[in-house]
Amino acid sequence: MKRRNFLRNTAAAGAVLPLSIADLKFRAYGPNSVLASLARAAAQTDRVLVLIQLNGGNDGLNTLIPLDQYSNLSKARQNVLIPDNKVLGLNGKPATGLHPAMTGLQGLYNDGLVSAVQNVGYPSPNFSHFRSMDIWMSASDSNETYTTGWVGRYLDNVFPGYPTGYPTTAMPDPLAIQIGSGVSLAFMGENMNLAMAITDPSSFYNLVTGSTGTAPNTPAGRELTYVRTIAQQTQQYGTAIKNAADKGKNLATYPTGNRLADQLKIVARLIHGGLKTPVYMVTQGGYDTHSQQVDAADTTKGAHATLLQQLSDAIKAFQDDLTRLEVQDRVAGMTFSEFGRRVMSNFSTGTDHGAAAPLFVFGTKVNPGIIGNNPVIASTVTVGDNVPMDFDFRQVYATVLKDWFEMNDAEVRAAMGGKTFQTLPIFKGGSTRIEDFTDLFARLSMRDPYPNPAREQTTVSFFTDGGQVSMYLYDAMGVRIRTLASGKHRGGNHDVQVDLSGLRPGNYFVQLEQGTQRITRMLFVQ
Amino acid sequence: MLNKAREHRASATAAGRLNTGIAPYTGTFTAEQLRHLLRRTLFGYTKNEFDAFKGMTASQVVDLLLTTPSTAPAPPVNNYNSGNYTDPNVPAGSTWVNASFTDGTANALRTFSLKSWWMGLILNQDTNILEKMVLFWHNHFATEMDIVGDARYNYLTNAMLRKDAMGNVKTLVKDVTRDAGMLVYLNGYLNSKNAPDENYARELQELFTVGKGPNSKYTEDDVKAVARVLTGWRINRLSAPASAVYFDPTRHDTANKTLSAFYGTNAVIAGRSGTNAGNDELNDLVDLLFAQRETALHICRKLYRFFVYYDIDAQAENDVIAPLADTFINSGFEIKPVLSQLLKSEHFFDSLNQGCMIKSPLDHIVGFLRQWKVAFPTSSNIPAQYGMWNDARAFCQLQGMDLGDPPSVAGWPAWYQVPSYYQLWINSDTFPKRNQFQDLLISTGYTSRSGKIIADVYTFAQQFPNPENADKLLDDSIKLLLPIPPDATMRALLKANLLPGGIPDFNWTDEWNQYKNNPGNSLFKNIVYTKLIMLYKSIMNLAEYQLS
Repeated sequence: MKRRNFLRNTAAAGAVLPLSIADLKFRAYGPNSVLASLARAAAQTDRVLVLIQLNGGNDGLNTLIPLDQYSNLSKARQNVLIPDNKVLGLNGKPATGLHPAMTGLQGLYNDGLVSAVQNVGYPSPNFSHFRSMDIWMSASDSNETYTTGWVGRYLDNVFPGYPTGYPTTAMPDPLAIQIGSGVSLAFMGENMNLAMAITDPSSFYNLVTGSTGTAPNTPAGRELTYVRTIAQQTQQYGTAIKNAADKGKNLATYPTGNRLADQLKIVARLIHGGLKTPVYMVTQGGYDTHSQQVDAADTTKGAHATLLQQLSDAIKAFQDDLTRLEVQDRVAGMTFSEFGRRVMSNFSTGTDHGAAAPLFVFGTKVNPGIIGNNPVIASTVTVGDNVPMDFDFRQVYATVLKDWFEMNDAEVRAAMGGKTFQTLPIFKGGSTRIEDFTDLFARLSMRDPYPNPAREQTTVSFFTDGGQVSMYLYDAMGVRIRTLASGKHRGGNHDVQVDLSGLRPGNYFVQLEQGTQRITRMLFVQ
Repeated sequence: MLNKAREHRASATAAGRLNTGIAPYTGTFTAEQLRHLLRRTLFGYTKNEFDAFKGMTASQVVDLLLTTPSTAPAPPVNNYNSGNYTDPNVPAGSTWVNASFTDGTANALRTFSLKSWWMGLILNQDTNILEKMVLFWHNHFATEMDIVGDARYNYLTNAMLRKDAMGNVKTLVKDVTRDAGMLVYLNGYLNSKNAPDENYARELQELFTVGKGPNSKYTEDDVKAVARVLTGWRINRLSAPASAVYFDPTRHDTANKTLSAFYGTNAVIAGRSGTNAGNDELNDLVDLLFAQRETALHICRKLYRFFVYYDIDAQAENDVIAPLADTFINSGFEIKPVLSQLLKSEHFFDSLNQGCMIKSPLDHIVGFLRQWKVAFPTSSNIPAQYGMWNDARAFCQLQGMDLGDPPSVAGWPAWYQVPSYYQLWINSDTFPKRNQFQDLLISTGYTSRSGKIIADVYTFAQQFPNPENADKLLDDSIKLLLPIPPDATMRALLKANLLPGGIPDFNWTDEWNQYKNNPGNSLFKNIVYTKLIMLYKSIMNLAEYQLS
């Protein structure tokens, strides 16, 4: 079966935009370097990434709470606001705290095991769950459709030609495992989805050897080949997984009645049992909190609090388990959600679909701390206002691939759809220095626009220690609408005149970029 | 690149998928085509159903399949009173759908009662398309029973989908919008002029009507404007379920709602006030949504993916979807003419559209239970009857399809998720479970506290004209169970289940006849059953069995 051709057929009018990642020939290794790749893969499978998907769109503003924005937040979302004296403190970060239900994650943060990345999103946010999740899974631009996933492209590169010829001596185990009865688009590779779905690793049904005969070159033949391949893989990998599950243990106590914890428990057991699988995914649903996100009587309780507590407790137990199992240095975890939620809450004590939000990377090898600044909340917020992105989610992916999985720049670029993304200092000893992000104000700063509110024109002043600087204007939805400055700037102060003619009245954001640094200021156009 | 493109086009033409359009199929109506039609419109089909249609034209069969009962089935009943729990408001065996809420325990038990009842209706479906269409609309206007949280509202949603399943889709959209279950599920009941809740307004456009096709260009402002149109709908939890939904004009935004140019120049829904404002503005809104060709295209594409195949190439879009949309629009948005045209078309019967669908869990489980005519406990024991229906439902849930609780408002990803679609039903977790179910049912059967269900291999074989003839039995069984025949090598392996080691065919004839003539002889019985179980296990373990 030629999946490649098949995908091209699928890119039809009315269905998918014509860009198929499979057409782009990103692969860094040709078929002749299979052996080299395998050797490398063997060396690499030591490291594990655990993706934790928060389904529904997590409310970042009530997760990693910007305490310095409190008075504006309280105007925008009074009915879901967490009282500031209940917010959990983070060592060395007086202006930022965690939701009161997240004591587990707070402990991990204060122990130096969490890197939080602020305001992660993508340009031109899409507010559909399904589209936005596809964008996150496939790592496409907002207006592109890829038919492969970001992890799938990474694994395709390391394990070329999969599934033909696999399992191998170097890679006897599944390339990816998703706990549950389904597999995510993130694992979609060029030929097929690269993940195994499992619910119970300790029992596998003994399948009759299926026919692997020829299939006709028809749609039915395609589906037949697909089912046969799954049957074959299930047989091949079932024993490997069962052996790992039998050998593996859990040494920490996991919370009960917590489905996410149940899933992470399986992951820890399989890692400890010696499975070489490099990527796992677990899922927690329920984050689409349009209504009753909080209990009206006590905003620290309610549906969102329950979810965050389960998340935080599950991660804490998992990390403890990894440590007791002595595999903690090989594993990194990462949360993500398709979007954050709107700054302004709605009447139903909930929040509607939004844009950027924080995410967490955890493990012993992360640079502890918070990357980026608190989101800036306007003093007058209208219903469509969003948290603008400071970091593209693909910067996080690129960082994981480069600094955790040690891919070279060309490979990272290939996995990121041919685009280059600046990495972030998430991992210790990574390609970007944490110092570039921490002494930010000494090297780059920006004043509030003046006048603000403004009509027709305003001026933004900034300081740089010199280099390539860009300044953009975003609308309240988080869509980049103008480039205000771009190019090499000498060290010193600079003024940028901003022409506001033709803009609808409302909130806007001015964002200044230099290298890895971002500063955002609000601007209200009258 | 140019050469490649040309090759691709040439092979596509040679493959024939590009040749058939929406024109009625006029060729000979073969047995294979009849089987294809039954597989797609029913959940599995029995040999008797197939036999009953033999000799008719495609058009006649489709007309019969589209003839659905006009009366609603009797509602679900209290199957759950037990030593542990008694619902004070509903006697055992009486329906709970109009009773008061009672409490959370009653509600949880009623939800299982409702799901079981629905599963029972699907299992006992008449030979028509109704149950497939109820599922289609449940997947299209998806709600999650768990989130709605009131089994009585969930029942009403189901009853509404049944009532409108074969009718006018504009009516259906209006009914869905004012449905108690949907109002709870997407917070419509909390949507008020002071703080509009956009949840339903977004999904109404993105998923239910204009969709996300390349020419669907509604805007974020349209989401907000439509949310304002729909302000004021409320639910009175204390009312009888059927009259719980009401419109509160004081919560309705009475200003004009201006929509983007996608909805036409000066697309304004005039703001109304008073008790009819909600209905009047909803009527205007539905008119406007359906005035966009995108709505017809979107719904026809979904029907195509549900009944034909997921891959809508340019040819299918132009030659099938577009004319179907015309039919839909010209009929005033009736669904039946569209289904009739699609199911009678040369495109539907194209050999390349046969066998290319991976069965959904419901197709797999119900298809099995119907084809094997597995007997369930009867209404003389309601707890056992509902209990076993619920067990059958739970088998589907284990395979990733919890009827009544799809994963999200978009329904099940297998019907929308590019690029995998139906393939998402099958993975290393669900494929073994499917085989395990089949193997269990044809061997020891499945036993629970509700009793036992078993697929009897001898009875199954016996329904064919010549079960004592190994070749005929094999071919008849394959035709009923597999949409595409196995190749000669595999066929030989299958036959060896009856005649191991290449022994002559008369051995099977002897064995069959020995048991047939001595049904009390357990030795003879063992021989026949062991061989038949191995034969049917082997046939159904083939990947082909997972296709429809």
